[in-house]
Amino acid sequence: MVKKAKRPILVVGHKVVEMDLGKEGFIDYLIRFAKATKVPLVATAHVGKEFIGRGFQPAACMPSMDIANRLRDTEWKGLDGIGQYDLALFVGLPYYMEWVILSGLKNFASELKTISLDRFYQPNASWSFPNLGLEEWKKSLNAIENELKGR
Amino acid sequence: MHIKIDELKSDLGTLKGFELTVGRMIEKALAEEVGPTPFPSTTNLREWDFKLLQKYKPFYMPFCDVCCLCTFGKCDLSQGKRGACGLDMAAQQSRIVLLACCIGAATHLAHARHLVKYLMEKIGRECKIDVGGLNVQVEAPVTRLVCGIEPKTLQELEDALDYCETEVTRLLSSTHTGQEGSSVDFESKIFHAGMIDHVSLEIADIAQVSALNLPKADPEAPLVSIGLGTVDVTKPVIMVVGHNVPPAVEIVDYLQENGLQGMVEVTGLCCTAHDITRYNPKAKIVGPISWQLRYIRSGIPDVIVVDEQCIRADSLDEAKKIKAPLIASSSKNCLGLPERTHDPADIIVADLVSGKTPGVLILDQAKVGEVAAKTAVLIAPKRKKLKAIPSVKKIIKDASTCRKCHECERACPNDLPIMDAVTDATKGNLEKLAGLYETCIGCARCESACPQMLPVHSFIVKAAEKKMKEEAYLIRAGRGAIQDVEIRNVGGPIVLGEIPGVIAFVGCANYPKGGEEVAEMAVEFAKRRYIVITSGCSAMSAAMYKYEDGKSPYEAFPGVFDAGGIVNVGSCVANSHIAGAAIKIASIFAKRKLSGNYEEIADYIHNRVGAVGVAWGAMSQKAAAIASGFWRLGIPVIVGPHGSKYRRMLLGRKDLEEDWYVYDARTGDQVYVGPVPEHLFYAAETKEEAMVMIAKLCMRPNDTTKGRAIKLTHYADLSNRLNGAMPDDIHLFVRTPADIPITMKDEIMAILKEKSWKEGRIPDPTLLPRMIRKKEEET
Repeated sequence: MVKKAKRPILVVGHKVVEMDLGKEGFIDYLIRFAKATKVPLVATAHVGKEFIGRGFQPAACMPSMDIANRLRDTEWKGLDGIGQYDLALFVGLPYYMEWVILSGLKNFASELKTISLDRFYQPNASWSFPNLGLEEWKKSLNAIENELKGR
Repeated sequence: MHIKIDELKSDLGTLKGFELTVGRMIEKALAEEVGPTPFPSTTNLREWDFKLLQKYKPFYMPFCDVCCLCTFGKCDLSQGKRGACGLDMAAQQSRIVLLACCIGAATHLAHARHLVKYLMEKIGRECKIDVGGLNVQVEAPVTRLVCGIEPKTLQELEDALDYCETEVTRLLSSTHTGQEGSSVDFESKIFHAGMIDHVSLEIADIAQVSALNLPKADPEAPLVSIGLGTVDVTKPVIMVVGHNVPPAVEIVDYLQENGLQGMVEVTGLCCTAHDITRYNPKAKIVGPISWQLRYIRSGIPDVIVVDEQCIRADSLDEAKKIKAPLIASSSKNCLGLPERTHDPADIIVADLVSGKTPGVLILDQAKVGEVAAKTAVLIAPKRKKLKAIPSVKKIIKDASTCRKCHECERACPNDLPIMDAVTDATKGNLEKLAGLYETCIGCARCESACPQMLPVHSFIVKAAEKKMKEEAYLIRAGRGAIQDVEIRNVGGPIVLGEIPGVIAFVGCANYPKGGEEVAEMAVEFAKRRYIVITSGCSAMSAAMYKYEDGKSPYEAFPGVFDAGGIVNVGSCVANSHIAGAAIKIASIFAKRKLSGNYEEIADYIHNRVGAVGVAWGAMSQKAAAIASGFWRLGIPVIVGPHGSKYRRMLLGRKDLEEDWYVYDARTGDQVYVGPVPEHLFYAAETKEEAMVMIAKLCMRPNDTTKGRAIKLTHYADLSNRLNGAMPDDIHLFVRTPADIPITMKDEIMAILKEKSWKEGRIPDPTLLPRMIRKKEEET
């Protein structure tokens, strides 16, 4: 789905700060992921500070409600003024908040595909991991990264 | 009164089919003329609602894809499909929100009706409405604004109650299958439900303040004890919980009248606790709603008295575990108990003390007081504070049966790392369990989910027992209304923006990371010289925090409605005083006509009064109704992340310039004023996000340059500190160079240049064409 997408966007919530992949913080993985795939990264809540502190400037820092509200608007021109996105990847929002946001997008943004990169199943996403153990999740994330390098 | 005589034969003749109806006479003693919309129907303020909804469009986030409210269904409404009745998903979501708000409004309204009836019987129908003596002349601002009447006595409140009951019934009827079909009209009705809710809140609180002599707009209302550690466990202890204070009042009165004062502890949770400490400052508040389970299981209460609202449905089962009798006192919450209202008190007491019955339903509030007091005295020596919390040894043993299935964590609303803590407990280390105490909201879903039936919540409580017993703070008792003189003093600085905002921390305790976040936010904004108001469970959470020198925020900050104050207005129903303060700024300071003049006053508040509501732990339908009352006044509300489950937000789009024009009342010109306030209903993900947004949502079109500079200083400062960067939208809030905070001039000027910013102007803002003075002069 990511490979096929013409205009993907990655929405990153504050919980990524609490997620640890062992060798590195999840936030470091996401920086690498965003750089490797050239997918614009939107930091929600106050997590932008963490990215900036690591020398990575997100494409935008904005509340999760604001980015979700824009993603459902077919007329929105995107962060770069070019046009609406066709794929939104979500990770690191509180589970229930991501649930309702994905439901809103499923129902009111019919052109948009959504992916959840979180460890627990999100039924309203176009694609989501099943409930995974930590190790399985890490492996899956690495596989995705390797697959998408140089996208 | 309605008299109907089908047929009456007398010496004078025969009377057939006679009917006579006489309505109640409403005394019209208002000095000012009643405005255009007294007792508005569901459609009278529809145009105003649509103006707000044009700016703040709903963003729906359905919880599920189907509607299952009628037997046509269930109907799949997802992705553009319509149900068998023709309804689409947007309308269904707004319909559900309306249902929630009707539930909330009906709950406050039924509470108000019960209180007024009880107080008329106890004190008298002619009891004067007095919420602040000479300091409060505008005694019922919400009721006057909405209904156009000025109730002077308890019985006169019934006119407004009658109106509210009619409106809630109408609103509820519109959610029936085959009624309202438009999401935008549902939204308008949601606003209407909120407005009705605010009238109900006000009636409830001004009735109890007047009749029970609760603090009357007193900034120096007494400091009262809060926290489980303040309870004297050597005495018999009565626990009251809920929102309706009459049973607790009767308990206190009975103890006083029978020489038992000081010998029995009266303790409370949730809003009944607020109100009983307003009635008797020697009563004690244990904590917000989330303390319910831990308090019962601690074994401290000898008798539990429940009234109405926010009471755990399993409270009787929990009470049985500690062998504490439970008395239900409200027809709205009977808990399956036998009604004993008409039995002699001593027989009921004997049955409760002997354990013949675990609880009773008593609908006579005075009898509740007598039975609770007598039972507590007699049963306390027998119970010996029997608790339902395991020993450390038992925790270690039971924890070893954990299957590590993660079900507890999946069930936890806050995703707390429970399983890890339980695993550590098997090694005798309870530190992680104790660490969960602060953020646990006390729902016990972990216990329900555990296949091994482990009492996980009790594990947490035991692990944190020392901390729990040390909970001892002070909270200022709910002061009630804001004085007229306070409004006169701060009205100008608020409207001009020089007091940067009025921030109300309200609502329930469904916090994402514990109540401490509420205290931290309240203190932060009080230090920044905003006016901070608190109510309900949030007021309690703000108190349970050690500030400088170990003082609680209520000791450290004054209770006056002025810059830097932390003002506890009281229980949920006292939220009406927050709306009332905003209304009084328009009425008293700006001298706008008040009675029945909703649209003009709301327009004034929306464009001039930098007020923001923060319901960080909003949980209930009542909270939804309270919020919607603020929306209709144009006051934004921020909820915590759990608030996203209310299913719809009202979000502005700062990137759409056309949404942010107002009329200049002086000229009739349409003027771009920027996205102020940007949102009307908004869920923040974290405390840090909320704090930046609070500062942003305090901006209003009417801010003077000095006021806007002050507001921008706080907005930019908080963003720099919490987000690590200057706000990327700051150029949207600068109208003229004089708006720029002097200490940030160079940095902001550089941003303005980069954004090709153009200077604007500051209008006399209104959304209402009829408020344009130039047009009036011409005609």
